[in-house]
Amino acid sequence: MAMATEVPRGVYLAGDRSHQANRLTGALLVVLVAAVLASLAIGASGTSLWSTLWAFLRGEDLSLRDRVVLWDIRLPRTLMGALVGAALAVSGAIMQGLFRNPLADPGLIGVSAGAGFGAIVAIVLGGLLPLALQDVLGYYLVPFAAFLGSWASTIILYRVSTRKGHTSVATMLLAGIALGALTGAISGLLVYIADDAQLRTLTFWGMGSIAGATWSKLLTAAPLMIVAFIAAPFIAKGLNGLALGETAASHMGIAVQRTKNTAILAVAAAVGSAVAVSGGIGFVGIVVPHLLRLAVGPDHRYLLRNSALLGAALLLVADIISRVVIAPAELPIGIIMAVIGGPFFLWILLRRRGILDM
Amino acid sequence: MLRAENITVHFGRRTVLHDVSFDAKPGALTAIVGPNGSGKTTLLKAITGEASHDGQVMLNDRDITSAKPWELAAIRGVLPQATPLAFPFTVSEVVRLGLISGVTADQAAIIPAALSRVGLTDYGARFYQELSGGEQQRVQLARVLAQVWEPISEAGPHWLFLDEPVSALDIAHQLQVMKIARDFANAGGGVVAVMHDLNLTAMFADQIALISDGRIVAQSTPDEILTNDLLSRAYNCAVQVNTPPPSGTYILPQMATMGAH
Ligand SMILES: Nc1ncnc2c1ncn2[C@@H]1O[C@H](COP(=O)(O)OP(=O)(O)OP(=O)(O)O)[C@@H](O)[C@H]1O
Ligand SMILES: [Mg+2]
Repeated sequence: MAMATEVPRGVYLAGDRSHQANRLTGALLVVLVAAVLASLAIGASGTSLWSTLWAFLRGEDLSLRDRVVLWDIRLPRTLMGALVGAALAVSGAIMQGLFRNPLADPGLIGVSAGAGFGAIVAIVLGGLLPLALQDVLGYYLVPFAAFLGSWASTIILYRVSTRKGHTSVATMLLAGIALGALTGAISGLLVYIADDAQLRTLTFWGMGSIAGATWSKLLTAAPLMIVAFIAAPFIAKGLNGLALGETAASHMGIAVQRTKNTAILAVAAAVGSAVAVSGGIGFVGIVVPHLLRLAVGPDHRYLLRNSALLGAALLLVADIISRVVIAPAELPIGIIMAVIGGPFFLWILLRRRGILDM
Repeated sequence: MLRAENITVHFGRRTVLHDVSFDAKPGALTAIVGPNGSGKTTLLKAITGEASHDGQVMLNDRDITSAKPWELAAIRGVLPQATPLAFPFTVSEVVRLGLISGVTADQAAIIPAALSRVGLTDYGARFYQELSGGEQQRVQLARVLAQVWEPISEAGPHWLFLDEPVSALDIAHQLQVMKIARDFANAGGGVVAVMHDLNLTAMFADQIALISDGRIVAQSTPDEILTNDLLSRAYNCAVQVNTPPPSGTYILPQMATMGAH
């Protein structure tokens, strides 16, 4: 076959959106940095902390109060928001690639419910574990249990809804509802038998917010999320192949089973730990990847990293809104995301109807 | 060399292929023909390692069951009878999915070259889902071509496995696609194609395997396979080779020339 001629540098192929995707990554980095700074500076504490933040960044000494607000409250909260947002958006993108459907969202199809179930079991029944094991797991017990819960529910969902490499979305959504109902029922039972201290933990946890972020919470949840972020680039090519179906993917040299296993573990780790610390914030996983696909295409090599950046920025912005909109009180961030995400989701359904096999 | 020996495939309790042996040489276009449901796709799936089977398949002297997916992807591309696509990829991006799975992954220029080979030069920026069925089938062929762009390398001959590559195409594009397959074989690669159009098969194939009811009836040259007797038996339909009808219109691809009118 004739040798292909060289494509000159700087000339892009029609229909190849990789350079736009790369440029978007740069832009999103800038946006994320801005969101982080804004999240550190804006808050309910009355005074705007921009000048304090500036002083802090220049290494000047801060007043004790400013230091506590900045270092012990806002910084962990900001980092937590960025991590949770990135984790939810990336796991949304991965799940959608795995299920080959843009509607697969961890919150929507019961994976977050599974994680929540794991967390509740750990909070209520954790005391029944042998003391030695409790010691070993320590703070990590709840995130780890949430990870197991989301892992189990992802596997069950995938098994139930995928036959011969084809995922039925109807089955996936219905199985998600069934799974959610079941875990909800058992969770209810556990709440019923929980003692007062456990109930308090459960209530705080269930509020779906990153307001309670502390350094210790952050440190328990961050490792699992970071594991997922590290895994994501390795499955990007595999998820691209899966868009053509499992067989075509395998003919293109992709280790399909390994890609699927890694994807499920990464989603479980990211969703599990995000839910464990934030109580499950909806719609990030569906809004972010969808917008990015519209803007620069579905190639997972760019989609995953751009999702992480945009997810982090979006959650920080939502968190800032939640802090200022009824200041000095705070609106749970879950409400903000639902207000953004609900209509957006309906819009996807309306736009997509007929184009995609649902 | 592709050699499949004693291939038996079961779907549940049904045996769909009975102890089939089949081989194909590099430098040749080998067609698999036979009636609907006779097991052509199943045979192709067995020799690409997709359907689990008894028996052994050797490709370039390697047992395909022990080869890693990426090792196989480097030497052979597979075009299925139909390919679903999730997500709104552009045509260029679909072809690039093939390109980056092959050994020439770094040569972006192959993308427009492959599109131009299948007659879709200006389609790169279009969305795949918005193309017609025949156009989609040609994009998929371009993707497979981009994966195994060179018909031969140090690793040996490369292979194309095509399941009904022309069934959705008009006569001009049928000829175009068959010529691509022919050129690939002429340049030293191996091509195995499931075919329904016996005229195109007669024109382009070097070898034909005739399959019926999950068994190979015969494998040989077109002259020996395309006979009244063998075809009539295999298809359960009395056919007459090289016999023009006494009246009425007929159009033979043999008498068509691409791009001339
Ligand atoms: N997944 C499956 N499960 C059960 N039976 C199957 C399956 N796939 C194919 N079959 C059966 O195996 C037989 C051979 O099918 P195959 O797809 O190989 O036929 P084919 O020769 O490619 O036909 P066509 O010309 O229609 O493409 C058919 O009877 C079919 O019903
Ligand atoms: Mg077939």
